[in-house]
Amino acid sequence: MNTILALVIGGLYAAGLYMLMRRSLVKLVIGLLLISQATNLLIFIMGRLIRGHPALIPDGATHLEPPFADPVPQALILTAIVIGFGIHAFVIILIKRTYQTVGTDDLDEMRNTERPPADH
Amino acid sequence: MDLLATVFSGFALSLATPLVVRFARRGAGWVLALLPIGLTIYFARHIGHVMTGGTIAVSYSWSPELGISLSFYLDGLSLSFALLICGIGALIVVYAGEYLHNHPDLDRFYVYLLMFMSSMLGLVLADNALTMFVFWELTGIASFLLIGFENERETARSAALQALLVTSAGGLALLAGLLLLSQAGGSSEFSTLLNNGRSINGHPLYFPILLLILIGAFAKSAQFPFHFWLPSAMEAPTPVSAYLHSATMVKAGVYLLARLSSILGGTDAWHYLVTGAGAATMVLGAFMAIWQTDLKLLLAYSTVSTLGTLTLLLGLDTVLSVKAAMLLLVAHALYKGALFLISGIIDHETGTRDVIRLGGLARAMPVTAVSAGFAALSMAGTPPMLGFISKELLYEAKLQVSRVAPLVTGIGVLANILLVAAAGLVGLKPFWGRRPNLPKEPHEAPPSMLAGPIILSGISLLCGLFPETVASIFLSAAVSAVRAQAITVELKLWHGINPVFALSILTLATGILVYAMLDTIRHAKILVAMASRFGPQRVYFLLLSGLNSLASTQTRLLQSGYLRVYVMIIVITIVGLIGCAQRIPDGLAITWEGLSDVRPYEWGILMLILLAALMAVLTPSRLAAAAALSVIGYGIALVYVFFGAPDLAMTQFTVETLAIILFVLVVYKLPRFASLSSRSARIRDALIAILAGGTITSLILITMAHTREPHLAAFFAENSWIQAKGRNVVNVILVDFRALDTLGEIIVLSVAAIGAHALLRPGLEKTSNHNPRGNQALNEPGKLVFSPILFTAVRYLFPLMLLFSVFLLLRGHNEPGGGFVAGLVAAAAFSLYAIIYGAPAARRILGINPSILIGAGLLIALSSGLAGVFSSRPFMTGIWLELTLPILGKIGTPFLFDTGVYLVVIGATLKIILDLTEE
Repeated sequence: MNTILALVIGGLYAAGLYMLMRRSLVKLVIGLLLISQATNLLIFIMGRLIRGHPALIPDGATHLEPPFADPVPQALILTAIVIGFGIHAFVIILIKRTYQTVGTDDLDEMRNTERPPADH
Repeated sequence: MDLLATVFSGFALSLATPLVVRFARRGAGWVLALLPIGLTIYFARHIGHVMTGGTIAVSYSWSPELGISLSFYLDGLSLSFALLICGIGALIVVYAGEYLHNHPDLDRFYVYLLMFMSSMLGLVLADNALTMFVFWELTGIASFLLIGFENERETARSAALQALLVTSAGGLALLAGLLLLSQAGGSSEFSTLLNNGRSINGHPLYFPILLLILIGAFAKSAQFPFHFWLPSAMEAPTPVSAYLHSATMVKAGVYLLARLSSILGGTDAWHYLVTGAGAATMVLGAFMAIWQTDLKLLLAYSTVSTLGTLTLLLGLDTVLSVKAAMLLLVAHALYKGALFLISGIIDHETGTRDVIRLGGLARAMPVTAVSAGFAALSMAGTPPMLGFISKELLYEAKLQVSRVAPLVTGIGVLANILLVAAAGLVGLKPFWGRRPNLPKEPHEAPPSMLAGPIILSGISLLCGLFPETVASIFLSAAVSAVRAQAITVELKLWHGINPVFALSILTLATGILVYAMLDTIRHAKILVAMASRFGPQRVYFLLLSGLNSLASTQTRLLQSGYLRVYVMIIVITIVGLIGCAQRIPDGLAITWEGLSDVRPYEWGILMLILLAALMAVLTPSRLAAAAALSVIGYGIALVYVFFGAPDLAMTQFTVETLAIILFVLVVYKLPRFASLSSRSARIRDALIAILAGGTITSLILITMAHTREPHLAAFFAENSWIQAKGRNVVNVILVDFRALDTLGEIIVLSVAAIGAHALLRPGLEKTSNHNPRGNQALNEPGKLVFSPILFTAVRYLFPLMLLFSVFLLLRGHNEPGGGFVAGLVAAAAFSLYAIIYGAPAARRILGINPSILIGAGLLIALSSGLAGVFSSRPFMTGIWLELTLPILGKIGTPFLFDTGVYLVVIGATLKIILDLTEE
């Protein structure tokens, strides 16, 4: 399972990085989303994969007996998912706003709008 | 008082300096001088102890894991330096108060000056090599600030930069040398290394250590070929030149050589390198000095020459040469300090420092003239001044050298002849003869400026008359410290007629002759012009401009301003570096058996994720890309389900749902996908991306091939129930063990929501004029379509979802759930409601502004942490009541915290989504 999941993570990173290198702003956001999904999975697999044993202490027991899924990466990912949602919402809105203001989606053209007006 | 306090007192006083200068204005110098005077007395009181071979050592722990301690050590060598630093420092502080009394930034000047004094004290007192290095660099920084004190002048700025670059480049070499030395010697304390003697001489790293340390010392003490920064540093105000660039800082290199001569000395490498550099510097400095017409430049080059002599003497490495060096060090500090201060007086009173335009000042400034005369006599090595005794000792030491005595003595005499002429130029020429027209009518300087020269030349004279006192008070102790053995020094003014005396007479006579002929030989100045044209200074400027153009070229290449080029460079660099460093371990787990445990439905989901990623990349449609992203998200949520992460799965499912809502709300306002890059660019990017993805895959596989001890997981498995009273370990980590992190994270979420709101609001105002009711927009073409099924379903779903969210929150501590998931579910319920019934309706039913929810949530989370503080435990410690409720289990502050998280998540999510729906 590790092998195939590692391939999937690599594939997601490749797709994300490819999109990050595009000139279109929207594609850039898609790249960002892909990379954050891939990163979550990467953290997850680093805790090792344990099938079907969530880190829940059974009633009556005082502690967990192995095997159980590592709760530490899970705690990291859980907040990452929620914050990721907030940040991505922010970025998407930022892009929408940029598009409305600048009137282009092409990063190369946006470079030109940064130039200060000639009379300054 | 402790040595530590003496070192840091100057730093402390420099903080109060602006106040002192404001209130004491003209008298500020006298007030501030109290510190160096007090320190001088403090150190003077230790003379008796140190004279008898005693030392004082203090050590404070600084960074024990790096082997750095804040340790100080007072012996004969450091005491001599400390006395010079504080004693001359007091005179300089008084002098500068008058010299710069009109300067608007006098307070800033004193801040730098006191900072320097403290750093220099730290340098000479430090026992730990790395502590010494820190102070070494601090003196360089203080020197930079002081040279560039008049920072509106370009020449001052460039001279300051030059001094800083040259000395701190040397400083880097020194740091490396000191680190190697500590490693080779097994200690970074000088006192320990000294006890071990010259045991490093045979170490394989000996030569690199020596070379690196010498580069640092030579750069600091202006030895050839680094000497050029010192004359440029004359841009500094004259008190600075007198103090830093003559009496103290430039001697730091000499100090270091003296300190280390008993550790690193005694080899041919030491002998030839140190003597060679010293001899070259000595002759070059003396030669350059006599051509100068600017008093300060003349003094600067003669200082370079003396520094060369000191280095040469330490290179000779005999008892006699060390004696000569220590005596010359003091004699030079006295006469050169006085002469620099006098050149400042002349400049101050006449408005010029050009030696050719000066003359006949003795009548107007008799006291200055007499002090100048004594100082010049000492510099020229005339009896009965201290300079004479020093020169006698110098010649004696040189004559004693076994191998190259005639050569060393010969060039020594040559340099001294030139310095005699130079002494005449500074100390006699301006005061005697006919007085030409001057820019200002000269008057005698005020007492605060005269105090320095009088005291310094007075001491030169007194020491010359009573040499035994000098010898017994500090010279023996200093020489013993350098040689690491007890040595008694005896000094006499009159040695009788011997070869040394003959050489002295020869030097004086020839020097006077050269002085008399100076006007004639000055025409040969072309030589000097050549020297400065092709000298090391030229190399410095070439290097500097080369470095600048290299920097701008690489900036042009690497920082193109195109985001994708940055991404490309970063990715290629990382992949390249990992590729170089990677060693494929044995038994790497890329075996196809590793695939046998993959169940068929898992295959399906993973392949679906990959296909969706491919589709997101290739599709020309925005909506299709959004759908592909959702497929990936839900697919990953299933992976979480299979591998024991129900909390993650629930969160991911809800977030994906909310993300779809979000995306659908904005997707048609986003620009269409355009294919902007060329085919070849796409292929290139695809190759880079695949390479990067492959690197990550192989890194994961290599990591997985290692077994891992999950210490953290074991800790949480053990303690979640016992300490934190929760059965859902993930939730316990979030709201209890690592609650502070979670607090930071919900703050980030709040900031993101507020940021999104700020971006949306301008547009909101515009559209709301036309469209006061948001739900009217729903019927516009291209917007969401009205659906009776959804309309009815949501009416029943909405309260159920809210109920479910509260349930998730309550049970989160023991079962999958918790504030994050619960908040997202509630937010999803309201979002659904907003889509069907319009945002205003959703706001009505919410009944409260989402911003208030965010604020309330943060407050609750914070105050739940304070409960721990009030029961005098750390912030965020969970406090539990002896009470157990159904579903909820035990009641405690972590539940309160989770409620805070819940409210923040609802507030932040709704703030974004409701704003977007209304737009």
